[in-house]
Amino acid sequence: MTATETPRIGVYVCHCGINIASRVNVKEVVEFARGLPHVVVASEYKYLCSDPGQELIRADMKEHNLNRIVVASCSPLMHESTFRRVTAEGGQNEFLFQMANIREHVSWVTEDEGEATSKSKALVAGAVRRVAFHEPLTREKVPVNPNVLVVGGGIAGIQAALTMADAGKKVYLVEREPTIGGHMAKFDKTFPTLDCSACILTPKMSMVKSHPNIEMMTLSEVAEVHGYVGNFKVKVKKNPRYIKEDLCVGCLECIESCVYKEAKFPDEYNLGLGKRKPVYIPFPQATPQVVLVDPETCLYLKKGKCKQTCLEACDRKAIDFEQKEEISELDVGAIILATGFKAFDPTNRLPQYGYGFYPEVYTSLEIERLLNSAGPTSGELTTKSGQVPQTVGIVHCVGSRDKKTNVWCSRVCCMYSLKLAHLIEERTGAHVYNFYIDMRTPGKGYEEFYERLLQEGMRPVRGRVAAITDWAMTPEEEGKLVIRVEDTMIGVVRRIPVDMAVLSVGLEPQPDAKEVRRRFNISCSPEGWFLERHPKLAPVSTFTDGVFLAGACQGPKDIPDSVAQAGAAAAEALALIDRGYVEMEPNTAWIEEELCSGCKSCSGQCPYNAIGFDDEKARAMINEALCKGCGTCVATCPSGAARQKLFLDKQIYEEIRGVLSYV
Amino acid sequence: MSERFDRQIKYESDLDLNFAHQIASFPGGERIFDCIQCGTCSGTCPLSVYMEYTPRRIIAMTRAGFKDEVVRSNTIWLCSSCYSCTVECPKEIKLTDIMYAIKRQAIRENIWPKEFKMSPMMTGEFFKLVEKNGRNSEGWLMMNLYMKSMAVGDALKIAGIGMKMFAKKRMSLKTEKIADPAELRKILDAAGSEMELIKEGAKEVVHG
Amino acid sequence: MKYLYYPGCSLKVTGKPYEDSLLAVFNALEEEIEEVNDWNCCGATAYSAVDQMKAFALAARNLALAEEQGGEKAELVAPCAACYLVLNKTCHSIQDYPARVGLQVKRALKAGNLTYKGTVNIRHPLDVFANDIGLEVIEKRVKNKLAGLKVACYYGCQIVRPYAEFDDQHQPMTMDNIIKALGAEPVNWSLKTRCCGGSLSATVSDDALSLSRILIKEAKRRGADIITTACSLCQFNLECFQEKLKQKGDQPGETEIPVAYFTQIMGKALGIDEAKLGFKQSFMPLETLF
Repeated sequence: MTATETPRIGVYVCHCGINIASRVNVKEVVEFARGLPHVVVASEYKYLCSDPGQELIRADMKEHNLNRIVVASCSPLMHESTFRRVTAEGGQNEFLFQMANIREHVSWVTEDEGEATSKSKALVAGAVRRVAFHEPLTREKVPVNPNVLVVGGGIAGIQAALTMADAGKKVYLVEREPTIGGHMAKFDKTFPTLDCSACILTPKMSMVKSHPNIEMMTLSEVAEVHGYVGNFKVKVKKNPRYIKEDLCVGCLECIESCVYKEAKFPDEYNLGLGKRKPVYIPFPQATPQVVLVDPETCLYLKKGKCKQTCLEACDRKAIDFEQKEEISELDVGAIILATGFKAFDPTNRLPQYGYGFYPEVYTSLEIERLLNSAGPTSGELTTKSGQVPQTVGIVHCVGSRDKKTNVWCSRVCCMYSLKLAHLIEERTGAHVYNFYIDMRTPGKGYEEFYERLLQEGMRPVRGRVAAITDWAMTPEEEGKLVIRVEDTMIGVVRRIPVDMAVLSVGLEPQPDAKEVRRRFNISCSPEGWFLERHPKLAPVSTFTDGVFLAGACQGPKDIPDSVAQAGAAAAEALALIDRGYVEMEPNTAWIEEELCSGCKSCSGQCPYNAIGFDDEKARAMINEALCKGCGTCVATCPSGAARQKLFLDKQIYEEIRGVLSYV
Repeated sequence: MSERFDRQIKYESDLDLNFAHQIASFPGGERIFDCIQCGTCSGTCPLSVYMEYTPRRIIAMTRAGFKDEVVRSNTIWLCSSCYSCTVECPKEIKLTDIMYAIKRQAIRENIWPKEFKMSPMMTGEFFKLVEKNGRNSEGWLMMNLYMKSMAVGDALKIAGIGMKMFAKKRMSLKTEKIADPAELRKILDAAGSEMELIKEGAKEVVHG
Repeated sequence: MKYLYYPGCSLKVTGKPYEDSLLAVFNALEEEIEEVNDWNCCGATAYSAVDQMKAFALAARNLALAEEQGGEKAELVAPCAACYLVLNKTCHSIQDYPARVGLQVKRALKAGNLTYKGTVNIRHPLDVFANDIGLEVIEKRVKNKLAGLKVACYYGCQIVRPYAEFDDQHQPMTMDNIIKALGAEPVNWSLKTRCCGGSLSATVSDDALSLSRILIKEAKRRGADIITTACSLCQFNLECFQEKLKQKGDQPGETEIPVAYFTQIMGKALGIDEAKLGFKQSFMPLETLF
């Protein structure tokens, strides 16, 4: 059809089961729609998105010779693409369609049936008047760059990178820390099978390093992202390591020869429980197997004065104090974000647990390091005064399920607390208490692991710990930490003296999650977890095409789930790449030349640098490949020369008129 | 024989399922249904160890409709309003306000454990003194209370401290008063009955 | 700036030494403070147990009077912990429950020809001394350094919970810092805000007694020479039942310790005459400590 043809509109109102129909009087809305201008048919259906629902629309289009379709149902995010396709299958251009959201915007948020029905009518009236002014549009096909960027080198990023590299794609793996491995590299054993974390992780780390299709970039961060699905341009900033990575073989001679004879700086990898020198390697299996120099503590880098004994010790001349920050530019078609989580820091946030105040209060991550044979104590667990603990209390839900810190359940703490209880008991013979609110063990083999711990004599106390103090009431409590808790199963308040208290800290979004979100133009929940496109049906996609999520950056997750999700993200990215092209949404802007005065107001406002200037004609021009359809230029242009497809003035005005004419 | 078959079971028909909603409708009671029974309140409460039911159990019983047991329990009279539970609760339930709401219910119904009669009695005497004079007179409050409780033994027990307080000029029988108590009573009368207000305002959106 | 002063009932009777020493310290620090005219009882814990709405109206009258007397942004000093809490609670409830509390309080006040716009700032003297006047000023004014005196600072419940924003609810430090500025040494203990029993001492005395006993024992275990308080009920509970603890079988000295208002100690350090600080009104002599 052509734009001048008289509109013949079909209106379809969906019940969505009872989602819409329980609040909105659907019959009344249909009746109302029949009276709107150009409406030829209006009908209702229980589930319009179902096959019979779609067929209803297609059949009507044929029978009544419809040329425009309005569907009043759920959010366009959910089914706009479905009904555009139906419109196309019915023989019309897919953009001669408009959706009215009467579920998220009406029935789910309105109590009163009368109000809900009225609002639905207003929205339908707006959609009908708008669609009459829709014009046929075509989508542009753009080829997809087959390279992939993975951000974050924890277990999720490693898994995603290996999967895609094995499929023959070129993968850039960017990691901010000096080594890949993430949190998993810090754990001793993993639940529920108790396999050694390093034994299962480090082979994958070295596969990343040696894989011909993976370019691993450590000490690196993504600085800028431009472009769009299939054609991203990414700037990566690499911080200086002061070591030539290709020359260093990890012999560690430089560390040996450093002017600091003793390691005296807190070792980040061991959460400050151990010490390192200014030149160091984070841990023995670090990947890459390359040392680094910390500019904050290296005498030469800090003060410019040092004997530089390390330079002499390195016969491969790998040390380079002149290294500077480097920027590299990557072209990729898809991005997988696997930036992980941060463990909750109880310092000052839960003073009742005395972390940072009483030396024998530890976080669970610290205990992981103390139990690890590669850790600062070679796996020996003792109190700070060197005693083997007799009793240990593990406090669950620290920084979880708490409105004052984080409201969510962190999902992994019950299981890792049980694991720590097992390991502590095994290594020290101590009696271990687990203080829990609810024991959550929903996973394969998890409940069985809980049962095993109960059989091993772990002492469970159901109750959230109220306080940890050094206030002693009895001689047995002298010199101990006292945990005060209501044993809610027994219904009494107990005071339990322990030698060590372990806070099972929850998982939080990374502190810079919100900046990262903006950089990649994706959404995140108010707490900072990256938002998936749909919680059930698109759990690894984001609202930005071509950007996918893997692991705990999307929400707390254990290792099996992170690995599974990484695989899913890799599959989604592969599907995109192997299709070879993307179809662009045709909602770009253009300039009506004869109206443009050449004032350049628009070009400065464009966030995507899509607006150029034709000096000869003295007119602005928009590069449609770069335009993202944000509409800023349209709103800025003083003479109304900037216009946007699907958002023409007349379409928007008609929609407003439609809504208002009813209200 | 009957006592051997004392029933332990609680039938739904014995419960008042509306009780929790009534408590929830008072300012401060609104989050009672958020409770996850973690026991932080009881663990932090300095008096829970003396209570018949810990604060956590009071919440559970209130929600389940055990109104008689809750209103008759000594727990509410052992609450010292120290607000530990309120500030520690991970679900931000204002337990102290809930304790107050249950206390008011008990006072309205005139029921309390015999050995705790001093608490509602003091509350009542205090209320009367303030309503009459606008201020509390600590000397008279104590006098009235112990005269009324007729527990001569109790009175004597604290008489020692009382006499010492008088001697140290930290107790007196002067009546403390505001300029015009009648004016204050007008304000208190206009504040109205809280029960009616609750009915009226229960739908209000709570910001706290 | 002129502060307004809301004494509350206790400070006129059982807590008289608190009032005397507080006003003397304000005077010594050359800060103006003026009593709110015709204030009434705040309602304390008891009123809320009978009728919450009347309790709010009762407290709100004081706020209205303070606003009238002190103008907008009046700084109202409430030294008694219960008064401080009740006044704060009333302010918060007026805001948090605009229909159920806010509107009703407005109506009630109108019946007494009063209005309250909500501008009064309720302050505890600890907050005023540490944050308005400042520790350095206090330190400079010290005439008798209290060197060697070990003090267990006891804040009690209702000052820091649940409304105060000037200090931490678990490990408050304001009083400790003031005590340090006087040259004395605050002891480190974890029961600073554990309840002393409050008004339960009048009604269920045995249980309340155990609460006071726990505090006294722990303060002594930490080596304190004296406990300082910021509430007349705390002071009463901790000081006046020590005799009774002995009757109940505590060893001599086991639960004996002087208990003073922090303002009495401040006054002493600032060189104020002991007679003006109510030292003589204590059960256990304070003079001998210095």
